Amino acid sequence: MTAETLAAPAPAAFDPGAEAARATAAILHDTLHGTERGVVVDSPPGAGKSTLVVRAALELAEAGRPLMVVAQTNAQVDDLVLRLAEKDPDLPVGRLHSSDADPYDKALDALENVRKSAKAADLAGQAVVLSTAAKWAHVKVDEPWRHAIVDEAYQMRSDSLLAVAGLFERALFVGDPGQLDPFATVGSEQWAGLAYDPSSSAVTTLLAHNPGLPQHRLPVSWRLPASAARLVSDAFYPYTPFRSGTDHGDRSLAFAVPSDGSGPDRVIDEAAAAGWGLLELPARHTPRTDPEAVRAVAAVVRRLLDREGRATSERSPDPAPLTAARIAVGTAHRDQAAAVRAALADLGVHDVTVDTANRLQGREYDVTVVLHPLSGRPDATAFHLETGRLCVLASRHRHACVVVCREGVGDLLDDYPSTEPVQLGTLVKFPDGWEANHAVLAHLAEHRVAWRP
Amino acid sequence: MSLITTLARLEAVRTGRAQPAATVRHRHLSDRPLVFVPLTTAGEAGAPLGALVGTDRDAPHLLVVPQPRDRDLRFAFLADLADIVLPHIEAYAESVEAAERTETDPETGKRVKVEVDLCADAAQLVVPSRAGVDFVRLLGRSMRFRRTAEQDPETPHPAPPRVPLLGRWLTHYGERARVPGSSLLLAMTDLLGRHWATGQSTLEDQHLGALLAWIAPDGTQGATGAEAARRAELARDADGQLLCPPAGPATDPAFDNRLLAPAIERHHRARTALAAAEDGLEADDRLGALTAAEREIRGLVESRTRPTWDAVWRGLDLLRELPEGAHAEERWTRDRWSFTSHRDRILAGEPPQPRRDDAVTAANKLATREREQARLEAQEALDDPLVMAGRRLSGEAFAGEVVDVVMAYSESKRPSPRPLVTVRTDDRPHLGERVKVYRSLGGKPQTAEYVGPAAPDHGDGTGTGADDGTLVLRIMDKMGRGKEPEAGSVPEKGDLVCFTLFEHEQRGGAKLPDPEQTPWTHGGPPGETATVPEAADAQTEEDVL
Repeated sequence: MTAETLAAPAPAAFDPGAEAARATAAILHDTLHGTERGVVVDSPPGAGKSTLVVRAALELAEAGRPLMVVAQTNAQVDDLVLRLAEKDPDLPVGRLHSSDADPYDKALDALENVRKSAKAADLAGQAVVLSTAAKWAHVKVDEPWRHAIVDEAYQMRSDSLLAVAGLFERALFVGDPGQLDPFATVGSEQWAGLAYDPSSSAVTTLLAHNPGLPQHRLPVSWRLPASAARLVSDAFYPYTPFRSGTDHGDRSLAFAVPSDGSGPDRVIDEAAAAGWGLLELPARHTPRTDPEAVRAVAAVVRRLLDREGRATSERSPDPAPLTAARIAVGTAHRDQAAAVRAALADLGVHDVTVDTANRLQGREYDVTVVLHPLSGRPDATAFHLETGRLCVLASRHRHACVVVCREGVGDLLDDYPSTEPVQLGTLVKFPDGWEANHAVLAHLAEHRVAWRP
Repeated sequence: MSLITTLARLEAVRTGRAQPAATVRHRHLSDRPLVFVPLTTAGEAGAPLGALVGTDRDAPHLLVVPQPRDRDLRFAFLADLADIVLPHIEAYAESVEAAERTETDPETGKRVKVEVDLCADAAQLVVPSRAGVDFVRLLGRSMRFRRTAEQDPETPHPAPPRVPLLGRWLTHYGERARVPGSSLLLAMTDLLGRHWATGQSTLEDQHLGALLAWIAPDGTQGATGAEAARRAELARDADGQLLCPPAGPATDPAFDNRLLAPAIERHHRARTALAAAEDGLEADDRLGALTAAEREIRGLVESRTRPTWDAVWRGLDLLRELPEGAHAEERWTRDRWSFTSHRDRILAGEPPQPRRDDAVTAANKLATREREQARLEAQEALDDPLVMAGRRLSGEAFAGEVVDVVMAYSESKRPSPRPLVTVRTDDRPHLGERVKVYRSLGGKPQTAEYVGPAAPDHGDGTGTGADDGTLVLRIMDKMGRGKEPEAGSVPEKGDLVCFTLFEHEQRGGAKLPDPEQTPWTHGGPPGETATVPEAADAQTEEDVL
């Protein structure tokens, strides 16, 4: 694979902490003292994006610059508010919310310096005001904010930025270019190739119109273990490689209950040892909610819990129990997620997160179990090949990732090369989903456990 | 493709007949649609070869370009087309009714109601296939920037007077056709494909003849849809010509090579000969030859468009047999607004639509279309139990019987009714705790919240736990202001109800800045250059034959 040769050879002494600190310092310098109106930060999975946003927000607030923060979902906004309050309980923070029922996390009510309102005018004077892009789009101001931070900017659509960009003078754009691109529910080919194509990502439009903006990159993933960082970097970020913050051996996953020799147990042991495990079911064309594959996913989760896993990491010397809250199941489609939830309920498993790639973005778990997007499919559509979808699913874990898949995906990929029409004037994304899928499959093949349920 | 569509297609394969995909007609059909069956010249983008157009199924106007590469003949075709299409459109544009619209008062900035004209009806254009819609768009683009001699006496190839105006209307129709659920410009294959499921792929459904063969096979008794469709697609006569010519605008290569090319060549020679005629007598003879050559091409074009023309009308007949869906009229009203606003722009002397949308226009269009898409999906499901069945099958809705209603109240200073309704359903909706569901109550959506599965020891003894599909909902609104809910606003025991997980109505999006206020992230205001109408492309050597 070309990606192999592109990944830079590791320098002899790579100090992840120092590298990350250097990058952060440069970003904060450009944000606080730079002359450009925007700064763009690319962040690979788990590279401390939220930490950076919180730190930049605190420093901007300290410098006395009124700051607005734009995130994409209410959960992201609430999470940022909680982190800000944790770092600086005295900071006057405004949470602008919608007028729906339960517009924000109830945990915010306990914070003394967080004022909440559905009207921006009520929050004037707060050092930092946070809300979703959708809510900000309804805000009208006479005097724009001096500064803004746009979080998850690669998941924000260009038209959404258009609606809010008039509210601020300068902005820090932070996001992960490898995750799922924003999408439109109707065709938007007629604008393909235009710099301001409303369906493209906010960063694409921003950079097309302002090519001179400083661009930074966070070089270290603190979430991904050493076993995963290399693969994710090679497969999804071949031109902007990153490293893991921990080394091989810094983390481990052990189980109190030994393997019973079944497929799920063998794949769990493989994943615990190598970081990856592929549970391969016999080749077959199936409906989306492939009952066998769904049951296999549920069985793996059930055994993960039954075997009383203990996760040791750099965070603490004592192993932490692998509880249901530390496990997630990722799927491509919502009906698959619903089927897995039902199968888990049948096995008496409740508190495990089961969601689609879109909703797992930005989340972190110790172990993830993934139903491969192409498993059992007769065809490979652009949706299933989308690089970002596989990237999200393969980069949510701190310890291990188990992929459940039917045999034959490699052949399927070869039968369906990408056939999307080439649009003039658009940036071609590298690597394409076809190549990224092959790279991941090739790696997973080394950790394969064939199983006939 | 949804599960129910897959099932319908499988059933169509098994029975050999298309299966209904809808029980009502989801698009408005005009009483007097203008049908347009265009053909284009192979290898020459935007060079029309001919068309059948008109509102009378028995008397279409035949328009032909005997030499498609001759600019003057092409203009003559477009001028003829304008003479047929524009009077039809203008007849609709002239008949107006009074309507109200909310506008922002430029002085006070307040939203005020203003009385405006709304066209009482709009002209509807029907083409055979999606490629026909693209061709309408292409014709519009090729015409709207043309300059007439009146507009610009210097222009080297002035367009006939009404051609640029036709271009603007066709551009508007082509653009409106991109809005989900709109009916100003319809493709017959899309219309039929929406209402019937055939046993072939959606790609094959783009062939109007094959599609109709599945839905309403004629003549060939006993043939299955697959056989009839295959015949429509492939069967050729002794001369190697397709029995059912493609719906265009592209023509069959065998027709191009064996019939059309020789005929155009004969026409070309006759024309050259006429030009070289030395005296009147010779010219008369040669004019006769030219006329004969032209008549031959007209005959050829008619022979390839007439079957498609008839097929489009047959499709219209089939669709008219279905009753119109309840919300189709509402969507047609939006088409009328669109039609009216374009009429007003032309009357106000505004320039033609720009070649490319600016950032704000593009974002507004995308937002509108996404909203219309969501609205269309919801309305089709509400109008049509068969469509709703598809949503129920995919877990996005559920229908069932109310088995219990328990009165409850909200925990606030002024308690409002929040009755708990237990519904037994065989559907498997994708519900999570506190997920909102909606039902239609007198045409307005009523919101309820999913509480959870019914408890096993439920009062009437019917509930046996999570798995038997008995679930509890809390009704949230539309019960009036009093302490007791208004009569009929809460379902009663024994009622059959249908709730959806999707919203029935769409909220309006945020207002985007004016184009002059385009922010720096999107390149700033378009500037002066964008307000001046663009000139047509400069002529290059390749434009001259």
